[in-house]
Amino acid sequence: MKVRERVATARARAFEDEESAIGRGLTLLAAAVAAALVAPLGWLLVDVFALGSRAFSLTVAPQTLQVLVRSVALVGAVTAGSVLVGVPLAVLTVQGDLPLKRFWTVVAALPLAIPSYLGAFAAVSAFGPRGALADVLSPLGIQQIPTIYGFVGAALVLTLYTYPYVFLTTRASLLSLDASLVEAARTLNASRWAAFRRVTLPQILPGITAGALLVALYTLSDFGTPNIMRVEVFTQFIYARYNAFMREYAALLSLELFAVTAVVLALESRIGADDSGAYGSSGNRGAFDLDLGLWRYPAALLPALVGLVAILLPIAIFGMWFLRSGPGYATGSMAFSWSYGLNSVWVALLAAGASVLVAVPIGLRSATSDSWAASLADRAPYVGYAAPGIVLAIALVSFSLDVLPWFYKTLPLLVFAYVVRFMPQAIGSIRTSRLQVDTGLVEAARTLGRSRASTFRSVTLPLVLPGIATGAALVFLTTMKELPATLILRPLRFDTLVTYIWRVQEAGLYGAAAVPALALVVVSGLSMAVILAQEQRTD
Amino acid sequence: MEHRQASQHVSDFDSVEAAVEDPDRTVLQMEGVTKDYGRELAVDELSLSVKDGELLTLLGPSGCGKTTTLRLLAGLERPTAGSIRIAGETVTGGGKDGFRQPDQRDVGIVFQNYALFPHLSVAENVAFGLTDRDDDETKQRVDDLLELVDLTDHHDKMPSNLSGGQQQRVALARSLAPEPDVLLLDEPFSNLDIRLRVEMREEVRRILKRAGVTAVSVTHDQEEALSISDRVAVMHDGTIEQIGDPATVFQNPESRFVASFLGQASFLSGQITDGGVETALGTFPLNRLNGSLTSYDGAAVDILVRPDDLRATPAAQATADGTVVHRQYNGPSFVYRVNLDGGDVVHCMHNHVETFAADESVEVDLVADHELAWYPAE
Repeated sequence: MKVRERVATARARAFEDEESAIGRGLTLLAAAVAAALVAPLGWLLVDVFALGSRAFSLTVAPQTLQVLVRSVALVGAVTAGSVLVGVPLAVLTVQGDLPLKRFWTVVAALPLAIPSYLGAFAAVSAFGPRGALADVLSPLGIQQIPTIYGFVGAALVLTLYTYPYVFLTTRASLLSLDASLVEAARTLNASRWAAFRRVTLPQILPGITAGALLVALYTLSDFGTPNIMRVEVFTQFIYARYNAFMREYAALLSLELFAVTAVVLALESRIGADDSGAYGSSGNRGAFDLDLGLWRYPAALLPALVGLVAILLPIAIFGMWFLRSGPGYATGSMAFSWSYGLNSVWVALLAAGASVLVAVPIGLRSATSDSWAASLADRAPYVGYAAPGIVLAIALVSFSLDVLPWFYKTLPLLVFAYVVRFMPQAIGSIRTSRLQVDTGLVEAARTLGRSRASTFRSVTLPLVLPGIATGAALVFLTTMKELPATLILRPLRFDTLVTYIWRVQEAGLYGAAAVPALALVVVSGLSMAVILAQEQRTD
Repeated sequence: MEHRQASQHVSDFDSVEAAVEDPDRTVLQMEGVTKDYGRELAVDELSLSVKDGELLTLLGPSGCGKTTTLRLLAGLERPTAGSIRIAGETVTGGGKDGFRQPDQRDVGIVFQNYALFPHLSVAENVAFGLTDRDDDETKQRVDDLLELVDLTDHHDKMPSNLSGGQQQRVALARSLAPEPDVLLLDEPFSNLDIRLRVEMREEVRRILKRAGVTAVSVTHDQEEALSISDRVAVMHDGTIEQIGDPATVFQNPESRFVASFLGQASFLSGQITDGGVETALGTFPLNRLNGSLTSYDGAAVDILVRPDDLRATPAAQATADGTVVHRQYNGPSFVYRVNLDGGDVVHCMHNHVETFAADESVEVDLVADHELAWYPAE
């Protein structure tokens, strides 16, 4: 230990000069990034101050309080629902001897690949009035079906598309659970259920909680579903106020939503920091098999059912529109044009390029440096990632109108919003791939006579290139399907796939959305594949 | 019968007496137990019995089926065939209905990685299996066991704050707490560093004997098996090759496999004649070999010689038996590899001041003062 410390100090001293030079550059970058992020979000405060004393009365107005209560209730319902669906599915696919286990695992995770607004859209057109189901039932004399609109419908749809967060995090902790712990409990006279309750559950609880918080964050910030299902929660209410030219009120509500989000995030970071339960035991890791007997066939119905509704329903609905052509499907100014697709690709490319430019120095440095500047530069961008899209959009509208009017509703502003929202994905994947480059490799190259720059070019860069590519791909794909910021910040008469779907949806011309919706399903599936491929590499 | 004497010596040193009522009672019995995983046969018609308070060790290389045997005893695996009786009750065999789940048999197990519940304190870990006692009894039992394993001060600590040796003792206390009929130990010392390992062997043997528990342990470390066990069973390919007290198994290995697995074994080829056994090291009287040899007249045999059975001395080329080709330094001693003129390769142990040069000609003498084991030549 002593020798190691001495070597470390010697090395630190040798690199000190360089370190401080790069450190200064990085500090500047970190400060710039932080400022660029905080300034627009801070402008929300300016807007609220403009309200003066009305700010308080609006905050405690019954309508505002109702929105708050309804939002929290929706988050609670969706989170509880996700835990109830996700945890049993995770236990079944990890420990149960299901037939076609791998297949059901993929099916159970797949709903994550479909943006919830497409799911809500499909649900409304399938189960709504004059929807596909109503069409089928009306000849049978059934005129009235329970409405899909409203709180319950939104909670169901959101649960269906967000439970995979709980499923995946629970699955991960079940897979890392030391099988001998459960075996030890069994030999200590605990029944299967008692062993699950007393040993497995406490061990996977952090995983379940982490997934539940992700669900809560998603539900809070989801813009599309509440708007389509007409539920007055924050995102829906803010958008409505914004459209009614009540910018300051929208800003006030945005701040409130941001505060609620911050509370959830604080909870999450608490959970993440608590590793006391996870001490490394070098035993045989793996699943303790749950012998289901003949029950395994009915048990497989659970993932089958969820997968069917969540994945096949939208695809079937969009497919049906696609095949069925007729009046009212593509009319006049609402006709679909492939230029919308090109617009989507163009802004996504710009966003990916810009994100990588900023993310590369931050990601590479933060992986190798412990300085506060590096960690600030690493952390600051996550503020933008955490802010719900609608909040960021409203903030940027206010900021650009008041401070940079020539910037308002321009392409650069839209791309800036994307970079702020999605760059952390790129930082993350670049950082991960940099961490996987063994310092021994760099040291080997240096002792083989390569300069620092040459080592970076010939050793580090080729090894982190896949990480950079993955980061760019993630930003590209998530930008393609982003809804609220695109909707609010896009230049006039600039439509993308997403905004086109939104417009025809608002106009009730569902049929016209078939092609762009299917295209978005493919894009979402691709981004899922990129994430999975990345995780496989990390393993 | 020198080996009998040797084992006598071992128990003379053993100051802790097992606290059992009837040392002749059979607590554990396996009969024809077989376990296959599809095409792979892990345990092949294995039979053995263990008496009350006895410590039996299953010794063998990895993949010999010893851990599977342990898991079969615990009920963590179902045997394909055969029966297991624990404390007079059949816990497996007789169809699927006869199989008792791990929680339905009184078996404790100490896992290789200890498998302490990381979310529970030391005391909570020990109390885990004590579900049918009231609070006071549970507390008393936990205190007793922590005293037994000498961890009274660590009552409220979390497992992650304990050293490897302490974690092992907690695991031991936890599995002993519900008073199991049989305690199983899976490679119990493999996660400890070497110095602690020797210390813990004695400590664990003391604890097991004081608890009076019947125990089956599993290891691939021969020194560990020989030093802690009452009996050792050497396993190979899913079967027991030899079972007996440690000294007997070490001195009279019944098969070549056992011989080559225990100690640094070499084989000296010989020919049985009227006058004795002729080898590259000269002719020895037949009474140097163990067992009856009369029916083997004229047969070729391989004699087991370990490094401490042989001694080399420098010699002129003409009178030498062979040349030194390799030297292995073990600290207190050297082991030299000698190529004998007849083609056999043997090892000789010398203390660290007696040195030979490479390619030096040496005469090798048989200095063993015990009967040598032998096997029909291959």
